[in-house]
Amino acid sequence: MAEVAAVIASTHHPFYHRASTSTGADRPPFADEWVAKIERFRETLTRAEPDVLVMVGSDHFHQLWLDNMPQFLVGKAPFFDANWYNEEREFGLPRMRLRGQEELAAHILRDGLDRDFDLAFSNELRIDHSITCPIITLRPQADLPIVPVYTNIFAPPLPQPRRFVQLGRALREMVESWESDQRVAIIGTGHLSLELGGPRQFGEHGPDPEFDRKAVEWIASGDIEGCLAEVSLESLHAPGNATHGFMDFMLMMGVAGDGRKADHVDTLDLFHTMEAYFTWYPDGVPAGPGDTAEATR
Amino acid sequence: MSRYLLDKFLFTVDRDPALVERYREDPAGTVEWWEAEMANTILNCTADERSTWLEFTEDERRALREHDHVTLFRMGAHPFLTLTLFIAMFERDHGPLEYQKAYGRAMEHITLPYPDIAT
Repeated sequence: MAEVAAVIASTHHPFYHRASTSTGADRPPFADEWVAKIERFRETLTRAEPDVLVMVGSDHFHQLWLDNMPQFLVGKAPFFDANWYNEEREFGLPRMRLRGQEELAAHILRDGLDRDFDLAFSNELRIDHSITCPIITLRPQADLPIVPVYTNIFAPPLPQPRRFVQLGRALREMVESWESDQRVAIIGTGHLSLELGGPRQFGEHGPDPEFDRKAVEWIASGDIEGCLAEVSLESLHAPGNATHGFMDFMLMMGVAGDGRKADHVDTLDLFHTMEAYFTWYPDGVPAGPGDTAEATR
Repeated sequence: MSRYLLDKFLFTVDRDPALVERYREDPAGTVEWWEAEMANTILNCTADERSTWLEFTEDERRALREHDHVTLFRMGAHPFLTLTLFIAMFERDHGPLEYQKAYGRAMEHITLPYPDIAT
C-alpha cells in the first residue's frame, strides 16, 4: 500500500513569488526572513522523499463558477496547466504545467465515493495559486505528479467545518488504501484570519491576531475537537470575511489525525495576514542531509 | 437583487484584458453593452444557447456604472471579485498598496455582519 510520507498544511500567499525574486529597491524588507522560513519549510518536504503530491486547495473563481459549482472536486488528468491571467497580472505568477497522477486520482474518486463522499471530478483542470503557491514554496522544481483536490471555501453555501475534517480523515485513508509502493505527501493550503474586499483588508497584521494565535495552537497540537467546538460557518465571519479558507487547514488537521502534534511549526506575521507552516511525519521525522532536525518543534 | 448577475459581470470582465480596459475607460458604455450582449450568455455553451431572464436592477446598473465598490459590497457582490477587478483597473494610478488601503478605508463605516454574498 502507498505510504503517507508527509502531511503539510500552509497558508498560500500569492505575493511570495514576487517578494522572493525581487531585488534592490523592489525587494520588500521582510523578504529575506520570509525566504529563510520557506527554505526551512521546503526541507521538511524534501526529506520526506515523496513520489506523488496530493494537493488540497480552492479555486478562486477561475475555472469553477457559480453556474456549476462543486463542493469538493478531484482533478484527474495527465497534465494540469496552471495559473491564470489575473494571477499573472496581480501577483506576477508564472504560467506552469504539472503532471497528473491519474491512477491515484481514479482511486481517490472511486474510494471516496464508496466512503460516502460524492466527489465531483474534472478531466481538464487549470489550477490556480492555491495549488501553485505551495509548489513554488515547497517544490519549486515542480517535478512530481499531483492529484489536485479542490474545496469550496469561497462561494456560499459552503460545507460545514466538520465535513472538511471528515474529508481530511477520509483522504488519509484513501491514500493509504492505494495499492502502490509510492510515497505520497498530502499538502493543503488555506488561510488564517483574512479580509479581502472589506474594510479590514491590508492592515498592519492579519485582521484578527487573537484568532490566528488560537488557530496556530489548534493546528500545531492537533486539537480538532477544540477547534470544532469554537469554529462554525457563522463564527468564521468575525475574524475576516475570507477566513472560511481556514477550513482547508481543518481538512489537513483531519489528514494529520486527532491529537497529532505537528513536527514542524512556523509562522510569519506579515502585513495583511499571518503566514503559517506545518509539517507532520506519520512515521516519525526522517533523517535529512546533515540531519538538521532543529526545524522540529 | 441579482447578486449572481453582478458577480457574473465582475467575473467575465476581470478575466478578459480588453474588457478590463474598456470598463475602466467607459464604464457606462461597458455596462450597457454587457447587459445587452453578455448577461444572458451561458458561459460553457455555444452562443445560440442563451438564457432569457437575466437583467440588472437600476441600482445595480448605477453601482457598476459609477465604479462604486462600496455599494457593490453592500449589495452582496462577491468581495474577492470586486477587489480583484478594481485592483486591475486602478492600482496603476497609485503607489504600492495605496489603492488597496484606500479601498478598505472607503468602507470603514461598514460593520459586522457584512451583507450576505450567497447566490
